[in-house]
Amino acid sequence: MTESAAVAVDRIAHKPKNDRPRRRIPYAGLGFITVFFLIVVFGQWIAPYDYEYWDMENITQPPVWMTDGSWQHILGTDPLGRDVLSRIIHGARFSLAIALSCLIVYGTIGIILGLTSGFLGGTVDMVIMRICDLWMGLPPIITAILIVSVMGPSSKAIIIYIGISGWPGYTRIVRGECMSVAQNDFIRLARVAGCSNFRIIASHIFPNIVNTLTILVTMDIGGLIILTATLSFLGLGTQPPSPDWGLMMNEGRQYITYAWWLVVFPGVAILFAVLGFNLVGDWLRDILDPKQKLR
Amino acid sequence: MQRYLLKRFLFGVLTIFSTITIVFFVMRGLNPADPTAIMLPPDATPELQQQLKVKFGLDKSLFRQYGIFLKNAVNGDFGESFRYNEPALSLVTERIPATLQLTVTSLFCSVLIGMVVGIISAVKRDSFFDRFGRQLSLIGMAVPSFAIALFLILTFGVMWRIFPISGRGGVSHYILPVISMSLYGIASFIRLSRSSMIEVLKSEYIVMAHIKGVPNRWVILVHGLKNGCIPVITILGLVIPGLVMGSVVIETIFSWPGVGNLVMVSIFARDYPVVQVIVILISILIVLSNLLVDILYAYIDPRIRYQ
Repeated sequence: MTESAAVAVDRIAHKPKNDRPRRRIPYAGLGFITVFFLIVVFGQWIAPYDYEYWDMENITQPPVWMTDGSWQHILGTDPLGRDVLSRIIHGARFSLAIALSCLIVYGTIGIILGLTSGFLGGTVDMVIMRICDLWMGLPPIITAILIVSVMGPSSKAIIIYIGISGWPGYTRIVRGECMSVAQNDFIRLARVAGCSNFRIIASHIFPNIVNTLTILVTMDIGGLIILTATLSFLGLGTQPPSPDWGLMMNEGRQYITYAWWLVVFPGVAILFAVLGFNLVGDWLRDILDPKQKLR
Repeated sequence: MQRYLLKRFLFGVLTIFSTITIVFFVMRGLNPADPTAIMLPPDATPELQQQLKVKFGLDKSLFRQYGIFLKNAVNGDFGESFRYNEPALSLVTERIPATLQLTVTSLFCSVLIGMVVGIISAVKRDSFFDRFGRQLSLIGMAVPSFAIALFLILTFGVMWRIFPISGRGGVSHYILPVISMSLYGIASFIRLSRSSMIEVLKSEYIVMAHIKGVPNRWVILVHGLKNGCIPVITILGLVIPGLVMGSVVIETIFSWPGVGNLVMVSIFARDYPVVQVIVILISILIVLSNLLVDILYAYIDPRIRYQ
């Protein structure tokens, strides 16, 4: 018997009852998210300056630990004398607000269509699923290009085009979940008891898919922060002087040869925010969805 | 199998057609700006504007315009660029090779590196290599590609001045754009191939192969790899929209003379015919790649063929 065969036999003989190691709580991720939310809520009072305050005497000042830095502007200033730290702190709220608005728009559309499609079935289901398939062929960047060339770039435009292009994924997952919940006896009993369709969906099916939705939402926010930052970076989204992180990096790009802090700090902010949501999203998926349906 | 493919094909044609329709009506119907006002200087007379409208067929009703547009589109005529006075289609097609070189190289790098690292991580689970790769892929998925591009420019272009940071030229021009474009892909392929490989290695036929005395390397490369590939191929279809987005971002940052760069310039210059052509080409590309993935999928996983 070769060594690998011995290992294989051993593995069958001593098959552990639960070979999935217990999932550790992602303290780092929870920490990042907590800090992020604290900044979002209390940012106004934490930030040393307003995001539009121009300190014309200290333009393009480097961060505090460099030779020309000062404690006045810990992470330095941009060529208009605006404090980078304050802009990043205010930017957290902008990023989250835009990401959440997109999520609410397409989440609502996706959930409503998914529930309708999964609950009613038949022709309605088929039509909705076909529209879903068609819509999937239209990636966000295309809708972004279309909407921006029609209505011009703004945060509203971002919310509209991500909102109208993101829903098919939700519809599919919610539909699947709804169909599996609808097979339960308590749904039939509810119908026998005379509940209306709306009531069955709202108070018997919906509570059973909240777990799934929680995972989806947490896992989406990170990606949405990246997507909105990218679009703002390209100039298709939030417009100056808003302190959006992507926009800040776009503005800092032209000064990259001598003012690296304008580019690096907003980038690091994006990294930690997204990392936090991704870590917690993975963890939530592992503990709430042990069968790993949502991959 | 043939019916399945035919169905997919017809659906693809339908998708392209509806995209073209949506694009047309959004750009022409909902657009508040008058294209002739953009082409002419502000002090142009109304007569001149009317002449131009007649020339571009903008004086007819929207549905007549749509009919004409479709008829011309079938003949490969997508109108003229407002900016360059050249046919929009050829303006775009001459930029395609540059974009393809960049995207194909990046896709190749991300699949190759991602798969290799993912498989090694799965085989040597919980080793130092595996843990290190996992942390790295987590970070790789949390940084947007434009941030990576800017960091690379900062370190290799500004601080050390090793690589050129803009334009297209020799091999050295490729290094920074390709790295920044493929990092996200590498990270996601590592995660994906690792988890699917772990699933496969747990299955009974792998254990059986071990018991039969098949060499370890053979088990992993032949039995494991083929089944571990299936999710990766599915994802390949989903990667294309991401690559489109990536090429827009990366080409803009590195001034790469490709389609992604052209579309950004055209949007801000309100050069609608060019934008239209690009959007239509992207949707055709996505439909084709989905079709290809469906075919590959049916080829690798026989269960699909008989559905």
